[in-house]
Amino acid sequence: MTDYQNIFTRVQVRGPLYAGVPTKGAGSYERGKDSLFFYWLGKLGDAQIGPIYLGATGVASLVCGFLAFEIIGLNMFAQVGWDPAQFLRQLFWLALEPPSPRYGLSIPPLAEGGWWLMAGFFLTMGIILWWVRTYRRARQLGLGTHVAWAFAAAIWLYLVLGFIRPIMMGSWSEAVPFGIFPHLDWTAAFSIRYGNLFYNPFHALSIVFLYGSTLLFAMHAATILAVTRYGGEREIEQIVDRGTASERAALFWRWTMGFNATMESIHRWAWWFAVLCPLTGGIGILLTGTVVDNWYLWAVNHGVAPAYPINPVIDPSIAGGAR
Amino acid sequence: MKALFFQAPRMALMGAALMAAGLLAGCDAPPQESTQSGYRGTGAAQIDNKARVQAKREANAVPEAQPAADASGDKASKAYQNVKVLGHLSEGQFLRVMAAMTEWVAPEEGCGYCHNLDNLADDKMYTKVVARRMIQMTQEINTNWSSHVGQTGVTCYTCHRGQAVPNGVWFSDKGPQTAGSAASPAGQNMAAPMIDRASLPRDPFTPLLLGKEEIRVAAATALPTGEAGAPIQRAEQTYSLMIHMSTGLGVNCTFCHNSRAFSSWEESTPQRATAWYGIRMARELNNSFMTPLQSTFPPHRLGPEGDVAKVGCTTCHQGVNKPLYGVSMLKDYLAELGPAPKQ
Repeated sequence: MTDYQNIFTRVQVRGPLYAGVPTKGAGSYERGKDSLFFYWLGKLGDAQIGPIYLGATGVASLVCGFLAFEIIGLNMFAQVGWDPAQFLRQLFWLALEPPSPRYGLSIPPLAEGGWWLMAGFFLTMGIILWWVRTYRRARQLGLGTHVAWAFAAAIWLYLVLGFIRPIMMGSWSEAVPFGIFPHLDWTAAFSIRYGNLFYNPFHALSIVFLYGSTLLFAMHAATILAVTRYGGEREIEQIVDRGTASERAALFWRWTMGFNATMESIHRWAWWFAVLCPLTGGIGILLTGTVVDNWYLWAVNHGVAPAYPINPVIDPSIAGGAR
Repeated sequence: MKALFFQAPRMALMGAALMAAGLLAGCDAPPQESTQSGYRGTGAAQIDNKARVQAKREANAVPEAQPAADASGDKASKAYQNVKVLGHLSEGQFLRVMAAMTEWVAPEEGCGYCHNLDNLADDKMYTKVVARRMIQMTQEINTNWSSHVGQTGVTCYTCHRGQAVPNGVWFSDKGPQTAGSAASPAGQNMAAPMIDRASLPRDPFTPLLLGKEEIRVAAATALPTGEAGAPIQRAEQTYSLMIHMSTGLGVNCTFCHNSRAFSSWEESTPQRATAWYGIRMARELNNSFMTPLQSTFPPHRLGPEGDVAKVGCTTCHQGVNKPLYGVSMLKDYLAELGPAPKQ
């Protein structure tokens, strides 16, 4: 007989189909009525699919996202001469490039960045409309808007990279291409051009929050799984009515590190760490090229970069040995 | 059946094993050897694989020198007609270097690859005209580019390795063009063989090893000066050239640079200065020797854009940081290919 396991479980918890709580229908479409069970998704989460709510912003967002996806994909397809085999082979290499530097912030011809601007516009619209949707759905359900604001933090970084910083630098060419390897090339080239992003303190902060998020996530998830045998996964109840699971979890962390977050505050820790990752990262990108031109030299000036024994290598272009 | 094939743990295990195998397939087989090449803590290390190094050493073995020739006797310019470059050699030395060139460049085709066998002095064959200019190029390198080639020098074999067209030459390459108003790939974003299949600009050579565009892209001051710096696209172009250098020389970035500040000379290794001269050397060879030969070559020897084959780092280095592992073939041919006498 299968039994419930804390780490790997083969038990699928499944209740009856559930239509959700009643909501006031102010300005929103009627929810879809149909729900169904899907066994394989039940392996990952709740097996019930639906009811799905799309609404005006959801539909508009998907349309914009689809347009951006098509503009990027079809331009990539055109770049391999509409050859499906080459399209698959080169998929990770292909990209839709931003305009070249000579266009500044003007609108370039379609072939030389016009499509990139258009794809960027539709992708941004799609993302922002999706943000509106997360905000309004949360409100509709009487929830706080924490998900929407966390999402907004990610949108901030996205807008800094592709919109705000290019405008401050006066050129769309500073923005990121749409493509798998090409956007990584961009990242490396960006760091090289601006003197090593690792010396950017906001980049460092962003990494702290990124790694911190994974650490917090692991600590929290492990704690909750460890106390499921006492019903600890029913966190919300434990927040208002501490049971033995909550007490044990708290005591475990006080034993091991002298301090424990509460059932409620751990989620504030996690939320802020996650949100601060793109917030600080976005600040770091925004300062690059606008306020600081070479982060390594900046770090040397501020005593951040350690000194190594100097080699007697002299720049040949100064030494004058060249022809 | 269902129970047999769709048991979740077994499937998950098989999936994980497949994925691990797939991910490892892209790696070099161990063992790797790491050699520290700079100050501790800077990540300055060269990583190589014994089997691969062994294979490279075998591929870069140096052929035996031709038996020494008598330096006395008639000058080649007297003994033969139409000897424009090597006329100062003795007849014996002249024949010796001709034999060596045949072995280095056209071992199967023989003398007839460059010469009209009925009249050896005839300049009708383009190969002979090119070869003469290439001898001058070799002499130029050995005379004026010791900043890059040191006392090791070069011979025809450094590039040719028994082939008429050396490995690792490059042609201008705009890459595939799109029709109509479809977005241009801007000469990048496709696996490009000359830069280790990166998606970076596929031809960094035309602007940087033929043209003299600026390679340095990092800002020289901590804070912006108000002047426009290099755009990201230029940084990608430089990056692309550096990938070519790295694969062409079989080294990684830290062979020349401290990766924390690629632009800083104080933190670079002496090899970076050697490479700096190498870039200038390649520019001169391409502008003074290769490009002027463009009209001499027949169309089938030209690139897709009608330009002549040109010199990059790989052309001589062939995957080794010192071509032919630093063995000087020139020392056996100093009279023939070393610094030319003033005329």
